[in-house]
Amino acid sequence: MIQTNLTHLTSEEKFNQTLKENENVMVCCGRMGPMCIPVYESMEELEPAYKHIKFADMEFDSPTGNVIRSLPETKNFNGLPFTVYFKNGKVVKATSSIQSMDQITKILDSNFAK
Amino acid sequence: MNDNHYDVIVIGAGPAGLTAGIYLARGKMKTLILNEGTVGGQMVLTHEIANYPGIEKISGFQLARTIKAQALSFGCTIKSNIRITKLEFEKSIKSVEVNGKDTYTGDAIILATGGKSRTLNVPGEEEFKGKGVSYCATCDGDFFQDKNIIVVGGGNSAFEEAVSLTKYAKSVTIVHQFDHFQAFPHAIVEAKNNPKIRFLMESKITEFNGTEKLAMVQIQHQMTKEITTMAVEGVFVLIGYEPSTQKLRGIVALNERNEIIVDQQLQTNIAGVYAAGDSITKRYRQITTAVADGTIAALSAMDYINNRNVKSATQPSQTNILLQHSELSPVIENYQLVNYLH
Ligand SMILES: Cc1cc2nc3c(=O)[nH]c(=O)nc-3n(C[C@H](O)[C@H](O)[C@H](O)COP(=O)(O)OP(=O)(O)OC[C@H]3O[C@@H](n4cnc5c(N)ncnc54)[C@H](O)[C@@H]3O)c2cc1C
Repeated sequence: MIQTNLTHLTSEEKFNQTLKENENVMVCCGRMGPMCIPVYESMEELEPAYKHIKFADMEFDSPTGNVIRSLPETKNFNGLPFTVYFKNGKVVKATSSIQSMDQITKILDSNFAK
Repeated sequence: MNDNHYDVIVIGAGPAGLTAGIYLARGKMKTLILNEGTVGGQMVLTHEIANYPGIEKISGFQLARTIKAQALSFGCTIKSNIRITKLEFEKSIKSVEVNGKDTYTGDAIILATGGKSRTLNVPGEEEFKGKGVSYCATCDGDFFQDKNIIVVGGGNSAFEEAVSLTKYAKSVTIVHQFDHFQAFPHAIVEAKNNPKIRFLMESKITEFNGTEKLAMVQIQHQMTKEITTMAVEGVFVLIGYEPSTQKLRGIVALNERNEIIVDQQLQTNIAGVYAAGDSITKRYRQITTAVADGTIAALSAMDYINNRNVKSATQPSQTNILLQHSELSPVIENYQLVNYLH
């Protein structure tokens, strides 16, 4: 279980529903590890200021994690977490491994205009 | 004083900074903690902490969350993921500019910027981060099943992780810049006895190459300067930690290893500016030592502020003569509290 205050996507159904109900979605798929935690923390901090974006996490090793692991955009990734940004259900950006608050903010601002 | 003025500004929210925050806020100091990264510092890099007295085992993340909650519960303000853009410590009121726009002032400062893992700083390193370049063997080791990988480093963490990575990898090459290792002898023996591990001494990676993911590295021999190319899919960079004091250069006195120089009260060369934790000159760097430093720096900063207030209150300046007894009493109460805490 990922211990964050973000929305937990615990099933494929919930993942699909989240993409359907939200125009802009950021999903961080990882473990409770040192490269993933800073990304979750940044997401928690950005959440109040980016109300037009849904921030969610997903357990990398769960069967649901397959929806992120099997994306063509993550096929060359080999560093946790896999972070994927969706607009209208389509992948607009994906990153592998730890990202700083600045890097995440730049991606949000350029892909999900307010 | 305005809303952006604090009694003490703590820079860094690892165990040292958060502990300082707890002591300061409990001592009724208006306290601001500014942190450039994730709250918790290096603690959140630690899967399991088993040497923190009173807690048998805890994840670094949980310990960080608990200490942060404690600091907040006593009234600290914490701003994380910010960027410090200017520091001015010479005057008695110190100022810190954040994100190039907001300025906070404080009567005292505690520097608790800790340390961070070293990177190689060579072309391709950032580009292939997460696509072959990693800094955490426990996180990413299982992506390298049956692959040829490199571990860069010659210290204990490089050796321990190289051995643990042989669970997954086909081969592990330890690339080290010197002709000898800094790791403990038993760790070296264990690695040397592992048939999957080989060594490339006096060598440095100078470039990472590939298309969509890492495919090869350029390695330079330090004596002959000869450059060779090696095909690898993974490189783990485990070359130790360095103090995060780049922004303090020219502002407080640092030693030749870029550690902050402090006295017994953890005061730097500037009155009212203290430092604590992994970024100061010291031999042992642990959570317990960071927490101890945070405590000392906070108590010293409170002493500094209260002594200064008492001194200026007892000096017959025009303003102080006008002070009412009731205006002085909170200062004196705080002063007694500090002595009690000692
Ligand atoms: C992998 C690993 C495992 C460890 N395991 C253990 C263990 O089991 N037990 C143990 O006791 N110790 C362990 N340690 C050591 C321990 O984590 C450190 O000694 C301790 O965290 C140091 O605390 P600190 O507050 O001084 O600095 P840090 O924890 O480094 O925190 C410093 C904080 O300051 C921030 N910062 C840096 N520069 C600035 C700036 N310019 N402005 C604002 N903020 C800034 C950083 O982002 C960070 O949040 C481990 C360390 C690592 C890396």
